[in-house]
Amino acid sequence: MTTPQPSPDSVQLTADGQLRHFLTLDGLSRELLTDILDTADSFIEVGERAIKKVPLLRGRTVVNLFFESSTRTRSTFELAAKRLSADVLNLDISTSATSKGESLSDTLLNLEAMASDMFVVRHAQSGAPHFIAASVTPGVAIINAGDGRHAHPTQAMLDMLTIRQHKGRFEGLKVAIVGDILHSRVARSQICALNTLGVEEVRVIAPGTLLPSDAEHLGCTVEYDMEKGMRDLDVVIMLRLQKERMQGALLPSEQEFYRLYGLDRSKLALAKPDCIVMHPGPINRGVEIESAVADGPRSVILNQVTNGIAVRMAVMSMAMGGQVTERVSRLGEGQP
Amino acid sequence: MSVSSQPSRVKIVGGTLLLPDGQLQAGPLLIADGHISAVGAAAEGAGDATVINAEGCIVSPGLVDLWCNLREPGDGQKGNITSETRAAAHGGFTTVCASPETSPVNDSGAVTHLIRDVSGSRSPIRVLPIGATTKGLEGELLSDMAGLVRAGCVALANGRGGFRDARVLHRAMAYARTFGITLMLHPENQALAADGYAHDGRITTRLGLLGIPEVAETTAVMEMLLLAEETGVRLHLAQISCGRSVQMIAEARQRGVNVTADVAMHQLLLTEEALSGFDSRFHVRPPLRSEADRQGLLEGVRTGVIGAIVSAHQPHDTAAKQAPLAATEPGLSSVESVLSMGLMLVERQELSLSVLLQRLTAGPAAVLGRKAALEAGAIADICVFAPQERWLADSASLVSAGHHVPVVNHALHGVVRLTMVGGRTAWPSGYP
Repeated sequence: MTTPQPSPDSVQLTADGQLRHFLTLDGLSRELLTDILDTADSFIEVGERAIKKVPLLRGRTVVNLFFESSTRTRSTFELAAKRLSADVLNLDISTSATSKGESLSDTLLNLEAMASDMFVVRHAQSGAPHFIAASVTPGVAIINAGDGRHAHPTQAMLDMLTIRQHKGRFEGLKVAIVGDILHSRVARSQICALNTLGVEEVRVIAPGTLLPSDAEHLGCTVEYDMEKGMRDLDVVIMLRLQKERMQGALLPSEQEFYRLYGLDRSKLALAKPDCIVMHPGPINRGVEIESAVADGPRSVILNQVTNGIAVRMAVMSMAMGGQVTERVSRLGEGQP
Repeated sequence: MSVSSQPSRVKIVGGTLLLPDGQLQAGPLLIADGHISAVGAAAEGAGDATVINAEGCIVSPGLVDLWCNLREPGDGQKGNITSETRAAAHGGFTTVCASPETSPVNDSGAVTHLIRDVSGSRSPIRVLPIGATTKGLEGELLSDMAGLVRAGCVALANGRGGFRDARVLHRAMAYARTFGITLMLHPENQALAADGYAHDGRITTRLGLLGIPEVAETTAVMEMLLLAEETGVRLHLAQISCGRSVQMIAEARQRGVNVTADVAMHQLLLTEEALSGFDSRFHVRPPLRSEADRQGLLEGVRTGVIGAIVSAHQPHDTAAKQAPLAATEPGLSSVESVLSMGLMLVERQELSLSVLLQRLTAGPAAVLGRKAALEAGAIADICVFAPQERWLADSASLVSAGHHVPVVNHALHGVVRLTMVGGRTAWPSGYP
């Protein structure tokens, strides 16, 4: 028996199916993901203007709540919020409240007292944004900027935008994700998005120690041998390998990993001639990718960064829109 | 239906009795001077006695719990002996074994005496302390086992503390064997469990949770079975969670190993899917496992390889469960819902009522070398419950200080009408 559970999508969607939080891609429809990509496309144009601002979040306060440090993700969220005309507060919680023993619940109560409208949350523990979404007062939107090994939905969506820009479609594509799948929130969100958007095959390529148990249940095929796995690929996504994986007896050495799973020119030559190379960054040159590939003509790594701002603008404006719609309907029903 | 005046003779009429052979049979039960004096036809027309009408109710021996956290001494914010033994009485339990996971740990006769003294004055039911196998439950140095037993411990356990290595475990068994003490061990290979907090499987893979693989339990079960066979210790494996463990225990028993086992009720009802919304209530240890494991455990309960079902009651304060899943504390507040959860299994035809009640009464009692049976001469520890009546486990009805119950917002079948300990009312309004 399973006790009735609020499913993740019921937490993050309004009654009429709009986003009110953005926690995971699990359970979101192809229409909604396409809507996010289309909205992001329209914001790319904003980034090309001399005055890079739209007034969608004017008067709103967005708090970047980073319990785990991150330069790149935080700065793209900050830029995205500013281009939407929001006021932005950056809090590096990893070095303040929690180190003084304050619980996450208490930290949140204090921040809510500052009348914030949106929390962008990065946390080392899987499910932390769900916990926050379940405990904040109604009207505050939660955007997941990466939680533990669980999800990094904005990263996956910017990757989808990049793929769509270069391939023009998802149908029929063969996409591989290579490297540390086990610890990767990015991979989980990517696999989910690629399946929802209808690619032909998602392949994960990794040694047994870097794969979660029952990996196939994520909706992918598993390949241990990278040379086999590179065949017929339209897109190859490399993941960052953390140095500490050598300590936990997961891998013998960086050298062996690079030889077996590093993307170099000879392995890339096994894929389709127009196969694009992606990486969520920051890259470890010579560990998971050869410099000549990372900087080569098929690399779209820097497009990904640019797209990150547009995707985050799209998600933030859509979630805030959902919250406003809900607030209006609550007022209509005479609730506060 | 409380028995306020506690007369020397009480007759329970109109109910269905669970007889020692597992039969359910309508008939009266006569209690005199704290003992059962007649069962069924023999109790008819017994003259002057206070009559309790148990129409529509099951009359069972009082439930016996082999693992209950009473939180005293040391964890007053989560509960205490008064609140948790009253909760157990509400759940139909007449006897609970108190886990040694207290603060300080019950690893000395002094702590055992404290638990017994406090229980003696504040508990409406019987409390049997379980001592620690190693000092501080740290898995390194042996506790004063003989002293713990002399002070009143009915078994020794190591809880989730485990053992530093197989040599400490081996010696703990050999030493316990000296005195014929039962070791009640939670099998978990700590290196394989590592920082995990959920069953390593589909849900951990999807949600990116840190998993505890099945082999963390099964390798420990195998190690414990082999060492128990070699030392001849009386081994009880506590709260197993894997179907594979059931098979291994059955094989060991076939070749004559003196081993018994129990399972927590929530393992029979729930699976890993319960965590799919990151609900911290279902962060339990061992973790809720797959549907195949649940089926294997149910089969073990039906065949008797698993002789006892426990509550594994772990009351918590709100803060302990108010955090991202990994940062929460494991455990459910279950002692008041165990019987109702069991009745859900009966309703779904996964267990018979008779087997359910035996695994909650005679089964656990036998692990302790005791009896729990409705037969003439037995101590009158009795539970009377209405299986069709409904209740809601919420803050209005719960007695435990912990409110993280397994089933919420869903009316449960099975209301305990009367819990009687030695012929005295322990629930409702039982208070010594």
